[in-house]
Amino acid sequence: MDAQIWTYLLVGFTFALYIGIAAWSRAGSTQEFYVAGAGVHPLLNGMATAADWMSAASFLSMAGLISFMGYGGAQYLMGWTGGYVLLALLLAPYLRKFGKYTVPDFIGERYYSKNARLVALICALFVSFTYVVGQMKGVGVAFARFLDVSFETGVLIGIGIVFFYAVLGGMKGITYTQVAQYCVLIFAFTVPAIFISLQMTGNPIPQLGFGGKTTDGVYLLEKLNQVSIDLGFAEYTAVNKGNLVNMLFITAALMFGTAGLPHVIVRFFTVPKVKDARISAGWALLFIALLYTTAPAVAAFARTNLINTVSEKPYAEVPQWFTNWEKTGLLKFTDKNSDGKIQYLADTNLNELAIDQDIMVLANPEIANLPAWVVALVVAGGLAAALSTAAGLLLVIATSISHDLLKKNLRPDISEKGELWAARIAIAVAVFAAGIAGMHPPGFVAQVVALAFGLAASSFFPAIILGIFDKRMNREGAISGMIVGIVFTATYIFYFTPQLGGPGSRENFWFGISPEGIGTLGMIFNFLVSIVVSRFTTPPPAAVQELTENIRFPRGSGEAHDITIH
Amino acid sequence: MNASKQLYWKKNLSYLSILLLIWFIVSFGAGILFADFLNQFKLAGFPLGFWFAQQGSIYVFVVLIFVYVFLMNRLDKAFDVDEK
Repeated sequence: MDAQIWTYLLVGFTFALYIGIAAWSRAGSTQEFYVAGAGVHPLLNGMATAADWMSAASFLSMAGLISFMGYGGAQYLMGWTGGYVLLALLLAPYLRKFGKYTVPDFIGERYYSKNARLVALICALFVSFTYVVGQMKGVGVAFARFLDVSFETGVLIGIGIVFFYAVLGGMKGITYTQVAQYCVLIFAFTVPAIFISLQMTGNPIPQLGFGGKTTDGVYLLEKLNQVSIDLGFAEYTAVNKGNLVNMLFITAALMFGTAGLPHVIVRFFTVPKVKDARISAGWALLFIALLYTTAPAVAAFARTNLINTVSEKPYAEVPQWFTNWEKTGLLKFTDKNSDGKIQYLADTNLNELAIDQDIMVLANPEIANLPAWVVALVVAGGLAAALSTAAGLLLVIATSISHDLLKKNLRPDISEKGELWAARIAIAVAVFAAGIAGMHPPGFVAQVVALAFGLAASSFFPAIILGIFDKRMNREGAISGMIVGIVFTATYIFYFTPQLGGPGSRENFWFGISPEGIGTLGMIFNFLVSIVVSRFTTPPPAAVQELTENIRFPRGSGEAHDITIH
Repeated sequence: MNASKQLYWKKNLSYLSILLLIWFIVSFGAGILFADFLNQFKLAGFPLGFWFAQQGSIYVFVVLIFVYVFLMNRLDKAFDVDEK
C-alpha cells in the first residue's frame, strides 16, 4: 500500500476514535463542561495536559527549528518544559485549593474587583484566540498536503471535527479525547525516531543514540560538527556567545509564560484534590518530556541525513521525496553555477538549496527511507497535536464568555442550563471565527503566537504569584502591575517587529533582547510596580487576607466550586 | 495563623527555595551561562553544556516535581493539614 492510502486509513481511524470518545463522555452540567466535574484521575489529566500543551508547533516545527539552530534551539526545549516546575511548585496546588473555574475568576475574587476580572478576561481572550488561529492554519496545511484537498477544505474539515467534540463534550469530552490524542501523537513522534536512531547509530533509544557513534565509529555529533564547518555553518553543538543574554531572556519568557497561560492553568482545576494537582503537573511534564527529549535527537538525525543525502549530489539523481517537496514550493533548488549538482552552503551567494524548516519532521521518515505507514503515522500525529490544542483553547474562550462575562458580569441570574447553552454557542462561534481567521490569516499570526507567551508572562504570572504568596498585595497593586507589564511588553513587541509595522531595528534592541524575550523584562516591571503601589495603598479587606492564608493549607479543598465572598 | 501552621508554611517555602535554586542552576546555569565552559567536557558523544541544554535540564525538571510532591505529601501529613 502506498503512503496515500495509509494516510486515509490512519487519519480516518483516529478521527472515528476521537468522536466516539466525545459521544461517550458527554457533559451534562456546567461543572462537567468547565472542569470535567473535577473528577479526572491525575495520570489521565497529565496526558490530557500534555496533548493540550503540545501543539502543531511542538510536533511539526520544533525539531526542524532545532536542526537549523543547533545548540541555540535549546531555548525552546528548556523554555517550554521548565514552566511546569513553576506551575507545580508555585501555582497548581494553591489555585486548586482556591477552587475556581478560570484565571479571571481567581483574579476577580482575590483582588475583589470586577475591573481586575475584566482586564484578566480581555488578556485571556486575546492570548487564546491568537493561539487557536495558528492551530486551525496548521490543521488546514496538514490536510491539504496529505489528503489532497484544498487548504480551505482542510480548514473546514478541521472546524467540523473540533466543533463536534468540543461543543458536545465540553471539558469532560475534551479531556478524554486528549488522552487518546496524546497516545497517537507520542507514538507517531517516537516510532520514526526509534527507526532512524537504529539505522544511524544502532541504538534504539533516540535520546542516547544521538550521543552515540555512527556505523563508521565516529560520534554522530562530532561528525555533524565537522560537516557543518565544512559547509560554512557554525558548529552544531557550539554556544553562540554573542546571544547569551537574549537566549536567557527568551528561555525565561517561555517558562514564565507557560506558567501564565490560561488554557494550561485551567487543567489543574479538573482534578479532585490539591495533592492530585501537584502530581498532575509531574505526570504532564513527564509525558511532555518524552517528546521534548526525542525532538533534539530527531533534529540532529535529520540534519545529518539531509546533508548526506543532498550535498554535492547530482540534481538528476535526487530521491522521490525531494521531487515531492519541490512541488509544494517548500524546497527549492536553483543551479547557480550550472554544474548540475546541489551545493548546500552557509554562504547565501553560493547556496543553491532553500529548505523550509517546517518540512523536516514530515520529510524525515521519507529521507530515511522508512515504510509508507510510518509516513502516514506522522500525519495522524500532527493532526492529533493540532486538534487537541485547538479544542483546549476553544474551551477557554467559551468559558471566558459564558462564565466570566455573562454569568459574572452581564447576567448574574442566568440558570445553569442557560449558562451551559451559552457556553456551547460561544464555542460554536469561536470555532467558526477561528476557522475563518485560519483561512485568511492576518500576516502577523505566526509572530503573535510566539509572543503570546511574553504577554502571559508579563500580565498573569506576577498577579497570580503575588496573589498567593503576598497577603499584603491589593487590588491597586495588581491592576497597575498587570497594565504596566502588558503595555510595556506589547509596545516593545510592536515597535521592534517589522511584520507588525514597527519602525524599530535589531541594532536598537534594549541589551540585545529580541521581542520574543522582552516578556521577561515586562514581568520584572510588573512585579516591581505591583509591590511598590500596594505598599502605598490600603491593604486588602480582612476576608481576602483570610482567604489568601486559607489556600496555603490543602485540607478542605472540596470540588471546584462557585462561592463568592462579596 | 497558629505556630504549627506558621512552621508548615516556613518549611514549604524552604523546600521551594531549594528546588527552584536547582531548577535555575541546571537550566540558566549549566544550559546557558556556563554551557560554553562545560562543552569542554564530554558525556559519551555529547559536549556537556549541550547535553544540559537539550537533555539534562529537562530530566532534572521532571525529577524536581516528583521530589516536591513526595516532600509535600510527607509535610502535609506531619502537620495534619492533608486532605481526608
